[in-house]
Amino acid sequence: MEKPFAITLEVGSSLANKTGAWRDQRPVYVDRLPPCNAGCPAGENIQQWLYHAEAGDYEAAWRQIMQDNPLPAVMGRVCYHPCTAVCNRAELDEAVGINSVERFLGDEAIRRGWKPAPPAERSGKRVLIIGAGPSGLSAAYHLTRLGHDVVIRDAGPLPGGMMRFGIPAYRLPREVLDAEIRRILELGVVLECDRKVTDILRAMSDGFDAAFLAVGAHIGRRAYIPAGEAAHILDAVSLLRSMEDGEKPMLGRRVVVYGGGNTAMDAARTAKRLGASDAIVVYRRNRERMPAHDFEVQEALEEGVVMKWLSTIKSAGEGSLVLEKMQLDDTGFPQPTGELEQLAADSVVLALGQEADLSLLDGVPGLEIEDGMVKVGPNMMTGHPGIFAGGDMVPAERTVTVGVGHGKKAARHIDAWLRGTGREAAPKHEPASFQGLNTWYFSDAPKTVVPRLDAIRRQSTFAEVQLGLDEGNALFEARRCLSCGNCFECDNCYGLCPDNAVIKLATGERYAIDYDYCKGCGICAEECPCGAIAMEPEPS
Amino acid sequence: MSATAGRPIKFYQVGSHAAGNRLLDPELRSVAADPQRSNSITKGHRACQGCGEALGARYALDAAMRATGGQLIAANATGCLEVFSTPYPESSWQMPWLHSLFGNAPAVATGIAAALKAKGRSDVRVVGQGGDGGTVDIGLACLSGMFERNDDVLYICYDNEAYMNTGVQRSGSTPPAARTMTTQAVGSEPGNAFGQGKNLPLIAMAHEIPYVATATVAELRDLEAKVERAMGMRGARYLHVLVTCPLGWSCQAADTIKVARLAKESGLFPVFEATDGVLSGVSKIRRRRPVEEYLRLQGRYRHLFEPTRREDVLTRVQALADRNIERFGLV
Repeated sequence: MEKPFAITLEVGSSLANKTGAWRDQRPVYVDRLPPCNAGCPAGENIQQWLYHAEAGDYEAAWRQIMQDNPLPAVMGRVCYHPCTAVCNRAELDEAVGINSVERFLGDEAIRRGWKPAPPAERSGKRVLIIGAGPSGLSAAYHLTRLGHDVVIRDAGPLPGGMMRFGIPAYRLPREVLDAEIRRILELGVVLECDRKVTDILRAMSDGFDAAFLAVGAHIGRRAYIPAGEAAHILDAVSLLRSMEDGEKPMLGRRVVVYGGGNTAMDAARTAKRLGASDAIVVYRRNRERMPAHDFEVQEALEEGVVMKWLSTIKSAGEGSLVLEKMQLDDTGFPQPTGELEQLAADSVVLALGQEADLSLLDGVPGLEIEDGMVKVGPNMMTGHPGIFAGGDMVPAERTVTVGVGHGKKAARHIDAWLRGTGREAAPKHEPASFQGLNTWYFSDAPKTVVPRLDAIRRQSTFAEVQLGLDEGNALFEARRCLSCGNCFECDNCYGLCPDNAVIKLATGERYAIDYDYCKGCGICAEECPCGAIAMEPEPS
Repeated sequence: MSATAGRPIKFYQVGSHAAGNRLLDPELRSVAADPQRSNSITKGHRACQGCGEALGARYALDAAMRATGGQLIAANATGCLEVFSTPYPESSWQMPWLHSLFGNAPAVATGIAAALKAKGRSDVRVVGQGGDGGTVDIGLACLSGMFERNDDVLYICYDNEAYMNTGVQRSGSTPPAARTMTTQAVGSEPGNAFGQGKNLPLIAMAHEIPYVATATVAELRDLEAKVERAMGMRGARYLHVLVTCPLGWSCQAADTIKVARLAKESGLFPVFEATDGVLSGVSKIRRRRPVEEYLRLQGRYRHLFEPTRREDVLTRVQALADRNIERFGLV
């Protein structure tokens, strides 16, 4: 070719110059474990379902929850949301209202009649579950989906366990509970109510290959209080239970609740709704050391419940109590001061914790009981092969969420045990810390305030206190998720690479690095909003 | 006065600060997020790791290419951008591009615009571009003439605050106290002198041309919006883009965006626009930071912290930022 004056070479493209050879470190896309997922006792993949919800694909979001938890509408109401407590967004403005979005999704599923996918191929194995509480229902759901035939036996007249007989209706409306239980039973789970199992081995001999025990802890713990004959003392578990299946108890005008846990709050708030003019919680330590969750204490106070910190009940008589003032010692333990006072009370409700009725396990070889709880291994199996246990009857925090998590975990191990295969948990990703995020790219967007029922109505009715989000603010709330540690396709790496060395793949496929040209500057990793790019030394 | 030339804030998952988002209407995504962007400068160029100028030029030219439907010619001054993109016989340019001399890029651009006018090609637009050396110092006379005649050219200065290509010598745009090869960190007033240098955006405004704007490589959306606005106008327009130079500023290559962001957030580099010589918009500081945070990331200011902390100099630099904040209403 005839070239212009003084030109000896063809003009070429700089594409011939593979600048990737300059690199001494390389960007790598990673997935990290977000704190919400790490903190969920039910093992939900929260970030993933928020990802679907952000796009307005609520059904996909709900189905993602249902992978782990068959009770989203219940959980969205009663879970103490440890996910929110560890949410990285709290360091920016406020934590994402994960539970309120979950509730919205759960309610949406009930409203629209979404159903879980039908069970897998039948295995021919039969599993007996004792107890239709959160743990038993969760295990039944997962085992059925894994292809096993499940029978649940419960001592109570209706399924739900503590969700029905422990949690007041103003926190969990029964039609919501019923709808979610019905959906589990429709998968083919056989439920036998009013059928207390008194001997587990005998019950299993009726053709069951494995059993999952989830009887809960329904016996209210008593404390010795010298009391006159006329003193009216009952326990919180019985009080809450009688709200569902018995005659409403006569508590009188002045009700004292003894204890500082969530059950104490439930009992006091229930007493208030039953017409008590005064509901007084007596607790031997102070508010900081109270086991009840902050929002429960706050809601109780709003409803007019009165707290009496640093006090124990010395004795109970007709119409009045003698309290002793306490003082916390250096270790935070309450010590008596000898200072006494009178407190008028028509009745005393003891909320001092619960114990499990384990009589059905008498004489089971290998099975160990310690401190009134059943010992289980990491696979939720008791010392007796084929008998697994979970929920409130094993040592763990006693919440619905933990119970649901136990049910899922046990179901997966029971499945592996029945099939004779081992079950290796997938290795966990590295945690996604707040420091790994680049928060510049997130809009300032404070949490959506969830509406609540007027305080005055809360004092007299059992209508639900926490109200739900509507679609608009549920979407807003979902979009507040920072997607900690996992790419959500914001295009920053693609847009901000000075060497055009990031390749944008199809939507949902994320990106790839063009290592022929990437110089390893690290801008993509530094400017990734969610910390989903790591810089690694160049392999030599 | 509009708050910024950026697009209206619309809440989606990450606000409007990131380049794009899978959920965002394609219309609202940045040009840089577009898989079909023109990549005016393609890969394989020889800019240093983390080069702010390579990035800033691609942002600006890709936005101009989109605004003009690809009907665009660039005239480039001598400088890093020219050197790293065209080591003969390679070229990174995927658009009509020509280079002449260090000081005459505005005049060359004027000539191209005049030729297009003579040919009746009003659809083809012209961009002149160069670094701060070619713009603020060597090409200033040609640029002033281009402004005076109101030639139909958008001139873009990629300001990295010194002659980086030839080995980091001071330019008229080098900030006070910065160390360069010709303003060493020695003596009682180390680094570049206070009270010298030229503020070219203000000089351009004094010419009362239709549009003058500043931007940084850290604010992609603001930069793109300003280019788009400029390409919607005729006559002489001037865009001054602060681009981090990891080599000359002695900062981490990965911190290119962060450093440019801090230049704006500290108030040292005011981001504004002016129409017909009158200030018409400022980009407000979103998270105000002391200048020290900006200076600390850069080795060219290390002498302000080691071996002894120069509180006196830091105070003077902070005063410059405070003055900008007051003068342009940045908070």
